[in-house]
Amino acid sequence: MLAIIDYGVGNLFSLQCSLKKIGVEAVVTNDPDTIKKADRIILPGVGAFGDAAKKLRATGLVDTIKTEAENGKPFLGICLGMQLLFEKGYEYGEHEGLGFIKGNVVALEGIIPENLNIPHMGWNALDFKCESPIFKYINDGDCVYFVHSYHATDCDESVIATAEYGVQVTAAVGKGNIFGCQFHPEKSGDTGLKILKAFCEIGE
Amino acid sequence: MITKRIIPCLDVRNGTVVKGTNFENLNEISSPVQLAEYYSSHGADELVFYDITASSDGRKLFTDILTETASKVFIPLTVGGGINTLEDFDRVLKCGADKVSVNSGAIRNPDLIPAAAEKYGDQCVVLSVDVKRVDGQFRVFAKGGREDTGLDALEWIKRGVNNGAGEIVVNSIDTDGVKKGFDIEMLKAVCEIVNVPVIASGGAGGKQDFVDLFNIVPDVSAGLAASIFHYGEVTIDDLKKTLNENNITVRL
Repeated sequence: MLAIIDYGVGNLFSLQCSLKKIGVEAVVTNDPDTIKKADRIILPGVGAFGDAAKKLRATGLVDTIKTEAENGKPFLGICLGMQLLFEKGYEYGEHEGLGFIKGNVVALEGIIPENLNIPHMGWNALDFKCESPIFKYINDGDCVYFVHSYHATDCDESVIATAEYGVQVTAAVGKGNIFGCQFHPEKSGDTGLKILKAFCEIGE
Repeated sequence: MITKRIIPCLDVRNGTVVKGTNFENLNEISSPVQLAEYYSSHGADELVFYDITASSDGRKLFTDILTETASKVFIPLTVGGGINTLEDFDRVLKCGADKVSVNSGAIRNPDLIPAAAEKYGDQCVVLSVDVKRVDGQFRVFAKGGREDTGLDALEWIKRGVNNGAGEIVVNSIDTDGVKKGFDIEMLKAVCEIVNVPVIASGGAGGKQDFVDLFNIVPDVSAGLAASIFHYGEVTIDDLKKTLNENNITVRL
């Protein structure tokens, strides 16, 4: 069973449906026991870093999540859920993240050329930086769907894929059992489903 | 690099997909859920659903169809038609929409775009504009293209973007259904004044029209069409192959 952490951020309908489509039993939960029993965890999220970090802390789940991640349970952060894996986020101020992965989340504004729109929205190609178990079923250059205005930086050692948008935007990260996708696998067609499937097979 | 998007548009009325010529004489085609699944597995980058029913029964049927589509199709979904309030945003987002397109609702209620952008984020708010030339001016039309609002389209679009619209759909009434190409002149004018993605709509008759669109107006982010896809005159796979051969970046 897969646990999708419910902390009142974003619409989880598509994510639930896409997991169902690949035959994975998933529950949306904020119950520590359910999270402990789950064989893997997804941290979703849309919105602003500070607000989401506050809401996640308010659930009282952070210690449980940290323990499970440290114990080696496969863990995937999606979009803002990926950004929360880092140490700090600089969206409307400075906010503490979970600190699972070294690095910070900063605005694309000011680092990408001025003629490019913000948010970075649409289908963009993944440029693999190294092998990763979550890329088992997809190919370098496959396109995925992005919608974001901030990205992770100072995290070179954990970057597993980038996407070209004036600069090399951090598209996916991996560190041991912990993974993050800046893009939305649940909105990335077959490629996205294949990434979710590969994540759900880690450790099986 | 962000790819150019190809977006089939499904006008849904009483549970079926329809497409008319110059907004009149609507013809029924087929099941929206089946059509959405077909497009999704044949290269569509996004789907737009327009609810063109007026009754509350029709609206209920539409949201059921939307929910079913969103549970089967894993690409971005934009929903428009009958969006007048924040409650309407909420209703379709809960059914699995990713973006919500406002048109007449934004004309009737100028606070709608800023309020929706604040609540759901700019990326969620799409301003759709039906534009027709009147006395040498690009004019905004409301009520499915039947009513001249007197508003200057370029000023209206600029205001919408300043208020938080994250994307613009420009539907040219002059070229819609005529199948002689997109309204290049109108699209160029819009791209010059905004810095958010512009989606071209109205006039696609064949593959070459998309090649011309992206070559002549490279700032356009996406091409939207309905009938040429619904009737199988152009398949999206084939269209994208042609665009790729013409050095236009697409998701293959």
